[in-house]
Amino acid sequence: MRGPVTSRLCPLRERTEPRARTPVRRRLIWTIAGFGTLAVAACLFAPLVGSTRIHLSAVFDRSIPYADNLDAQIFFVARLPRVLAAALVGSALALSGVVFQALLRNPLASPDTLGVSAGASLGAMMAITFNFDFSLLGITAVPLASFAGSFGALLIVYGLSAARRRGTSAIVLLLGGVTVQALLSAIIAFVQYLADFTQTFRNVRWLMGSLDVASYAPIGAALVPMAMAWAGFATLPRVLDLLSVGSESAAARGVNVERTERVALVSASLATGAAVSLAGPVSFVGIIVPHLVRLIVGADHRLVLPASALFGGAFLIGCDLVARTIIAPLELPVGIVTAIIGGPVFLWLLFRRA
Amino acid sequence: MAVISSRLRLAASITVVLLAVAVLRVVPRAADEPRRIISLVPATTEMLFAMGAGDRLAGVSNYDRFPPDVARLPKVGGLLDPDVERLLSLKPDLVIVYDTQTDLKRQLERARIPIFRYVHRGLPDITATMRALGERIGMKAAAGAAAARIEQQLASIRARVAGRPRPKTLLIFGRDPGALRHVDASAGYGFLHDLLELAGGSDALGDLHRQSVEMSTEMILTRAPEVILELHYGDSLKPEQFDSERRVWEALPSVPAVRNNRVFLLGGDEFVVPGPRIVLAAEQFARVLHPDAR
Repeated sequence: MRGPVTSRLCPLRERTEPRARTPVRRRLIWTIAGFGTLAVAACLFAPLVGSTRIHLSAVFDRSIPYADNLDAQIFFVARLPRVLAAALVGSALALSGVVFQALLRNPLASPDTLGVSAGASLGAMMAITFNFDFSLLGITAVPLASFAGSFGALLIVYGLSAARRRGTSAIVLLLGGVTVQALLSAIIAFVQYLADFTQTFRNVRWLMGSLDVASYAPIGAALVPMAMAWAGFATLPRVLDLLSVGSESAAARGVNVERTERVALVSASLATGAAVSLAGPVSFVGIIVPHLVRLIVGADHRLVLPASALFGGAFLIGCDLVARTIIAPLELPVGIVTAIIGGPVFLWLLFRRA
Repeated sequence: MAVISSRLRLAASITVVLLAVAVLRVVPRAADEPRRIISLVPATTEMLFAMGAGDRLAGVSNYDRFPPDVARLPKVGGLLDPDVERLLSLKPDLVIVYDTQTDLKRQLERARIPIFRYVHRGLPDITATMRALGERIGMKAAAGAAAARIEQQLASIRARVAGRPRPKTLLIFGRDPGALRHVDASAGYGFLHDLLELAGGSDALGDLHRQSVEMSTEMILTRAPEVILELHYGDSLKPEQFDSERRVWEALPSVPAVRNNRVFLLGGDEFVVPGPRIVLAAEQFARVLHPDAR
């Protein structure tokens, strides 16, 4: 796993770049200022644009009753929740991608790798196929079942990671996780086989991802596990740097490797589960954003983590903007856009540097 | 003597064979009038029953629910997963397949089993399919009569609502329960669109030449339908949930259908099977769109 490909594709371990001589604090300020401006600009611009023209003056015009104010409803029900969901999902997937790549010491790791995303999909497929009928605080069955599914997958993977403490390596966790992922995918296929025509149609559509949440309740619900994940991520930047060099040398430098890995695994899984249950499995964000960010700011996780969070949000807001306007009045599933835009941009950056 | 008798016997047997062939050619039997039909399409199953050929069915698809008689028939899979082995074991003399089931068609041709290809299109194609199917199984008159009856009933619904204002109507056939997410609507092509127009509605998505569209919240708001018809079928929604599901729309109060309380949830399998029961579907559409038209 730590062959030449690893070091070329993903400078996880390039610790001696010339740039690193600039004080980290200064670079952190510049990084957050740059990516933060991008994210804020995306958040402010995206709700103004869509398949219909709306007038901001009408949106905030108190003299028109809300029930009759079409512009306000387009802004507050159709667009704003969507942009917020994109920001949250994009940053959660990007952060999880960074953490999984460092934890598994593998540049190809993504939020999908260890099966948490597949667990979330399985939950949603079951809710659709078996017509689950329950809701909790305004959250409906599909996202609830989806989050439960991701949590189930997390428990399995966590069990594996606990078992691996008997002197094995990251590759065992990786293989175990990939196997869990394959197993869950097989169960997804089985559940889909049981579905009828319209359910199959809805299952396929769900798997393409959608940020059109149309209310704030699911966003609020997703914020709970995401906030827990952020708390976990906040403890990680320095130790992830040490960990990505290798667990032995990290331990030698005083890192509690077990605890760090546990925090990393649980936080990244919670963030992934919350993101997928909110928007479906939006592909590519979790693998491409971390690499794009590393190509720009280098490998220091103190910079990569905040930059990925901000850039992931901005990237997904941008992709969703394209998805909802490019073939207006119809829409493309956002997962298609992330891969079509992200893929070529990533290849260009990769080969330009090489 | 022995030579003559053997020649006589040969001549007699040749005559018998020739006579048999002649008789078989004059009176068309099994080959032209299938007696063991397998229908993989719920719509054609219902058509066969409507023309009085239900007793000729030897098997139906896994998705067949109507009429209740189909419950006793063997199930042989569906559009995506036909059970070819089971299908062949039932020894059909005609199999009704979707035209898109390319592999199955090839397998049946190889087994020399005749097929009838079903194509899913607009409203006029339903009675056209019925007539073609009737002709294929030697029940031209009965099928023609049943088709004419359907056309007549549809025409009377059309006449009843003619000349009335046509409300801009959004016809939804699927969404997430309890939320306005993944809203699938019928657009300007297909039998649901045709039925809606026939029953005196104006399709809010009539300009989009597609069978279905996944609608964003923004699109629902800007299309501003005056009536929303939501179809529920299978076991997707219990009738006692209709009220709470209708209230989900209150999140979009500027939509005229929501403001004027004209969101209707309709339950029944007749909305998704383009067979003889489309008359019931059209009747329900007409009743909610034009409640005062009798």
